[in-house]
Amino acid sequence: MRAGPADRDGLLARLMLLPAIVYIVALVAVPFVVAIAYSFSDVTAGNPSYDWVGLDNYRANWDDPVFRRSLWNTFFFTAATIALTVVLANIVALVLTTDFRGKWVVRLLVLLPWTTPAALGAIAWVFMLDSLLSPIDWILQQLGLLGDGRHMVWLGKSGLAKGSVIGVQVWRLVPLAAVIIMAGQTAIPDEINDAAAVDGAGFWRRLWEVTLPLTRPVIAVAVLFGAIVTFTDMSVVRVLTNGAPVNQTQVLASWAYVKGIDGGNLAQGAAVAVFLLPLLLAATVAILRAVRRWEVT
Amino acid sequence: MVGALAPAGAVDGEAPGGTTVEQQRRRAQRRHVVSRITLYVVAIIAALLAAFPFIVEGIITFKRDQDLFGPGNNPFVYNLDPTTEHLDFLFTDTGFMTFVGNTLVVGGCVVAITLLLALPAAYSLARLPLRWSGALGITIFLVYLIPPSLLFVSFSRLVANLDLQDSKWALVVLYPTITVPVSVWLLLGFFKSIPRDIEEQAMVDGYSRLAAFWRVAVPLAFPGIVAVVVFAFTLSAHEFLYASAFVSSSAEKTVSVGIPTELVLGDVFHWQELQAAALLVALPIAFVFNLLLERFVSGFTMGAVKG
Repeated sequence: MRAGPADRDGLLARLMLLPAIVYIVALVAVPFVVAIAYSFSDVTAGNPSYDWVGLDNYRANWDDPVFRRSLWNTFFFTAATIALTVVLANIVALVLTTDFRGKWVVRLLVLLPWTTPAALGAIAWVFMLDSLLSPIDWILQQLGLLGDGRHMVWLGKSGLAKGSVIGVQVWRLVPLAAVIIMAGQTAIPDEINDAAAVDGAGFWRRLWEVTLPLTRPVIAVAVLFGAIVTFTDMSVVRVLTNGAPVNQTQVLASWAYVKGIDGGNLAQGAAVAVFLLPLLLAATVAILRAVRRWEVT
Repeated sequence: MVGALAPAGAVDGEAPGGTTVEQQRRRAQRRHVVSRITLYVVAIIAALLAAFPFIVEGIITFKRDQDLFGPGNNPFVYNLDPTTEHLDFLFTDTGFMTFVGNTLVVGGCVVAITLLLALPAAYSLARLPLRWSGALGITIFLVYLIPPSLLFVSFSRLVANLDLQDSKWALVVLYPTITVPVSVWLLLGFFKSIPRDIEEQAMVDGYSRLAAFWRVAVPLAFPGIVAVVVFAFTLSAHEFLYASAFVSSSAEKTVSVGIPTELVLGDVFHWQELQAAALLVALPIAFVFNLLLERFVSGFTMGAVKG
């Protein structure tokens, strides 16, 4: 290889990469550092001058019961959402990798919750769970499970409201997880399943001993993406409950917004959001390890 | 498959234990029918659960107020004649078309910026001699993990300093922070899947490296570009946090914030308009995704496997 073209390629490589790098450094890396610096300051929307206050914001947050509930809710909602999503997404993926008539329509309908903007999906559920108009209440009434004229008030009671948030998150994440898992299931060579069938393995045995073990890596990817999306999402809580009843359903992302934008206290908002980082760091490590494993095989 | 289930001893028509081939076949057939029925039942239940709120949205769009609010009324049928008055109201007397227009403008700009930044970067990481290209590729993807809930704190100062408060252009500046990292990752996989020989042949034929990129590699990565366009565009319709934090006047809002905020006046929900609007946004996006689903799946796994 002559030195000339290779050198030119090296220069070109840097030039082609430069705009993206400059943009990411200026609009992600720097703001990221600034936001963390803000969490140690008294910066508000009205008064942007920077004064160091040490851990005051963290201490104030820690003493705030709403913050601690948000922290707990964030983990609880994420764990519950992921557990339900993995089971349901595997079922949906199994259905959608099989051929049947009308599959196109089923696929379109199953995808809808994910392709719809989360805020608009949540607004649909605001009606579904309305205290007076809820069609779900109507069905329960017809089934005799709920007295005539009585209502569940889904979004008005702490336990039901939390369940509703989890339900909506599961509803909108199952399609994403199913699509990821489908990619793994279609990658299993037909011969393996056929061989297992010839050996007399029924559906359940094939599922437990062939499909699930072989799709474990993609299921892990689906869990990872699902966890990140649920953990950092504020739109479902914001639109569905807006924290109601009395901040019982607040999560870190929505509480940071309430503090930082609604309340104008940027510093405290930043100190709330910083608590999202440990889990995202864990996710980062998991992704890096998954990538390395893929590169080895 | 069905034949494979018959035991070897059944070749001459008489299976061990007195069962005939005919019985074996019937049993296999019965099992087949049962599994098909289960499949359809599960598929229909999944589709209904997923689409339930959208079906209700479609029904109530055409409901009269007295029907919708009538206590005890069946919510799934028209107890009074359906009407299009709410749909008309949505198009003529609300900001819905403005929100759709804003979303199209923001989406178009974000797509353009994303492609402009991500295409050369991904090509450079996939093909050109850079010592730390592997690590850099992963780092760019990990940028995607930095939560918007933390970044918006700094962005609120940035938007103020750029004098873009209350303007959709703030979103055009900010959305590529989400789309560029993901798109570089996606396109990286597509570029790596194109055989090097094709570009090298073009360069032997007298193309410069840049021409090989633009005239050979980019057209071959077209499926990846389609995926990036759809992703960047739908993000502009989906994004909620920045859109609600930095845009508050009705004339500048995009669909994901405009619909839930502007069609609820105080405590009064304009249910029919609200649900019609949500449905009108949801359906076209789902349609496009359904068409491109396979491409998306292969794109993401390619980026992951070959990253």
